[in-house]
Amino acid sequence: MSVVITIKNALKKFGDNVIIPDLSLTVKPGEFFTLLGPSGCGKTTLLRMIAGFNSIEGGEFYFDKRLINDLDPAKRNIGMVFQNYAIFPHLSVRKNVEFGLTNRKLAKADIRAQADKFLKLMQIDELADRMPANLSGGQQQRVALARALCIEPDVLLMDEPLSNLDAKLRVEMRSVIKNIQHTVGITTIYVTHDQEEAMAVSDRIAVMNKGVIQHIGSPKNIYQRPANIFVATFIGRSNVVEGELVMRNGVPHMKLHDYEVPMPNVKEEFRTSQRIMISIRPEELSVSRETGKGLRAVIEDSTFLGLNTHYFMRMQSGMQLESIHESTIESIITPGTEVSFTVNAEKINLFTADGSMNILEGVQNDAVPSTKTARNSGVAV
Amino acid sequence: MGNKKRIDMWTALSFTVLGLFVLFLLYPLWGLLRQAVVGPRGGVTLEYFSRFFEYRYYSSTIINSLKVSSAITIVTLILGIPISYFYSFYQLKGAKVLFVASLLCAMSAPFIGAYSWVLLLGRSGVITKFFANYLNINIGSIYGFNGILFVQALKLFPLVFIYMNGAFKNIDNSLMEASASMGTVGLKRFFTVILKLAMPTILAASLVVFMRAFADFGTPLLIGEGYRTFPVEIYNQYLGDHGRDYNFAAAISVIAVVLTSAVFLLQKWATSRYNFSISAMNPVEKKKPKGIMGILMHLYAYILVGIAFLPQAYIVYLSFRNSDLAVFLPGYSLHNYRMAADRLLGRSIYNTLVLGAGSLAIIIVVAIIIAYLVVRRRSLLNNFIDTLSMIPYVLPGSVIGIALVIAFSDRPFALTGTAAVMIIAWVIRRMPYTIRSATATLQLIPMNVEEAATSLGTSKPKTFARITVPMMRNGIVSGAILSWITIVTELSSAIILYNNRTITLTMSTYVAISRGNDGLAAAFAAITTVVTAISIIIYLAVSKSEDVQI
Repeated sequence: MSVVITIKNALKKFGDNVIIPDLSLTVKPGEFFTLLGPSGCGKTTLLRMIAGFNSIEGGEFYFDKRLINDLDPAKRNIGMVFQNYAIFPHLSVRKNVEFGLTNRKLAKADIRAQADKFLKLMQIDELADRMPANLSGGQQQRVALARALCIEPDVLLMDEPLSNLDAKLRVEMRSVIKNIQHTVGITTIYVTHDQEEAMAVSDRIAVMNKGVIQHIGSPKNIYQRPANIFVATFIGRSNVVEGELVMRNGVPHMKLHDYEVPMPNVKEEFRTSQRIMISIRPEELSVSRETGKGLRAVIEDSTFLGLNTHYFMRMQSGMQLESIHESTIESIITPGTEVSFTVNAEKINLFTADGSMNILEGVQNDAVPSTKTARNSGVAV
Repeated sequence: MGNKKRIDMWTALSFTVLGLFVLFLLYPLWGLLRQAVVGPRGGVTLEYFSRFFEYRYYSSTIINSLKVSSAITIVTLILGIPISYFYSFYQLKGAKVLFVASLLCAMSAPFIGAYSWVLLLGRSGVITKFFANYLNINIGSIYGFNGILFVQALKLFPLVFIYMNGAFKNIDNSLMEASASMGTVGLKRFFTVILKLAMPTILAASLVVFMRAFADFGTPLLIGEGYRTFPVEIYNQYLGDHGRDYNFAAAISVIAVVLTSAVFLLQKWATSRYNFSISAMNPVEKKKPKGIMGILMHLYAYILVGIAFLPQAYIVYLSFRNSDLAVFLPGYSLHNYRMAADRLLGRSIYNTLVLGAGSLAIIIVVAIIIAYLVVRRRSLLNNFIDTLSMIPYVLPGSVIGIALVIAFSDRPFALTGTAAVMIIAWVIRRMPYTIRSATATLQLIPMNVEEAATSLGTSKPKTFARITVPMMRNGIVSGAILSWITIVTELSSAIILYNNRTITLTMSTYVAISRGNDGLAAAFAAITTVVTAISIIIYLAVSKSEDVQI
């Protein structure tokens, strides 16, 4: 029941407006694959093309070897979960879950047994005879999931399923979704704009911007070795500063003002002196009250959040940086204090001056560059 | 492939619906226009129009209609806004009773109310006689301008009441508190904040009241006497005492269409200037009315609704009185009903219910299709259908009646005098209620729900039947009941189209009234009133909400 989803050169237009210029990707059997991006990036549009609710203006969509471009949505054998749950309000929980099965020629007893199985799996068997209006948001989402899975679809498609829930329930439901997906082993495409949620549930994440996939990789890889500056800033928080790459005795060094750090993991083809963009996550900065080590800055503000303390500081160049430290028992550094900071060279990322490409080794990007126009693969920052 | 088929099905329905409108609305209106400009010996002439404007005898009817409709609109606002304010911001005792009674008044057949008022306040009315005989007071005449104003204002203020309740309910408490924090409270707040926020609704309510008053045929017919209004004049020219003149009647109808359309556009323009919509997250909590103000509020509300409800109750009461043709006698019996049974009561009820149900079935099916086309499959064509379907909403019933007679008197569509033409008139005239209600409901249903059904392997027609229509059910049912009530109380188009075979309850009532047979009239009127009341109570039970879309 696990299928491969292959998309080749997908094109989506609304009128003359190109939403997705040329997009290709492959989702492995049984994989939990997430489309992540800011609103308007085309992720939901792409999901709805796969579901059959949006027309496809170009390219090919396959479930395994079957071309589905012109297949009626009703015949694609998909399970879909919507942001607003889309529960049928006039049917009981059980009738909702059984709905898809009634379209098939099945015996009543079989339908009931199948529905029971998924009601139990989603732990809503006790709610079976309730009407949807009497359910909480989390319960409704469980019904929606049970309903989608009950028809044993080839593919499970989820469109921001958790964004209508409150923060606590969202965390609870995402582990429910992840566990169910693993139990059932169904190929899943999940759309969200919440990067933490994406990290928590996904096997692989595709980061999208303006209809173009920027990076496809494991949560760990896209966080630690983002393919370009957009991914670096969209996933987690990053301080982005302009700097230089310089060669010292054949070893590449990152140079920020008068501060230099050896970067032995720069790819061969980029080992020439050049202007670069440096992305440093707040936790990759370490601040010291002792001046002299590393770069100098002045603390402007701090936020104590219990586990961590955030510092906002300004370098002499006027650039503002944010850093995160585990809170200490010592007093918080007061605004106005001169400090110095160093970076964790192993973790920071360096990009070409236009930000379009990470120049370090270790980037794993399964995204297929567009074959049509080179400028589409570029990045808008 | 599946997609292609779906497009064909709905596009085919679009063209079918368009065809129906062309045949039963545009073609008759075109016929009306043609009749209005074609001279006795052929050729285009504006003679009928110039005759209308040349003679004050005719043109004064427009002035009269505009005058009395404007006066009615203003008075209904003055009566309706305070009661709605008390109702929405204070916990009035028996608020539900007030609401239901007002709704009954608003939805009852207009001419029955007018007739009942004649029996109460007319030359030999009970109240008139009581004041004249015992107190020696002449309470003035119910006939003419004042009478129309009195009867119509009392009948139509509930529309303002109901409309304004919706607006007041949507005023967020924070706006009230914000204005209070800036020192604006009491009457000043009422005029500068509350009424301003409700302005779009006030305009909408004014339009509805004005249109109803302007198009009303029954009230001025019964009590207008020398005060001649436009709809009555159309009728008189069509088959009145002065001999028939179809061309002239058609010309007056065309003028009526132009006028009502102008008022409609004027209201749209006025509303567009208030380009905000309100919706309350925290509705204002109703206060307990206290002290002398509280008593005055209750008095105002109950006296107003009581007076408005009086004719309804009185006609039902009279129907059980003994009578001898035009005179009511002491004692109670079912004499009037027995008499009615001899005078086509069975046929009237049968026609009202069967033709009404037939019209309603057509209305429901077409309205669902139109709602779906307009909301889910937006296109130029479907927008046009939407506009077309709303035209009858602003047309006086007699105009539709005349247009249908002109269009369907000759072959190939010789329908005049048949039940079919009655059904056509009712469907055209009363479908807008169901369309509006069904459309509003469908707009609130997220498309996702239908997509969910599709993703579960349900075909398009099956999704429509099993998901879309059941979810629209409440909107369809409440709209359909409004259509039904207005069909049951229909007079102005029926009076032109009916004959002995297709007579309805309202027509039987009207015939009895016009023959001066008051006992018989009371029985027919009472039955009509009760059928209306039952329908409204079912409506309230079904819609479970007070946001009545009238």
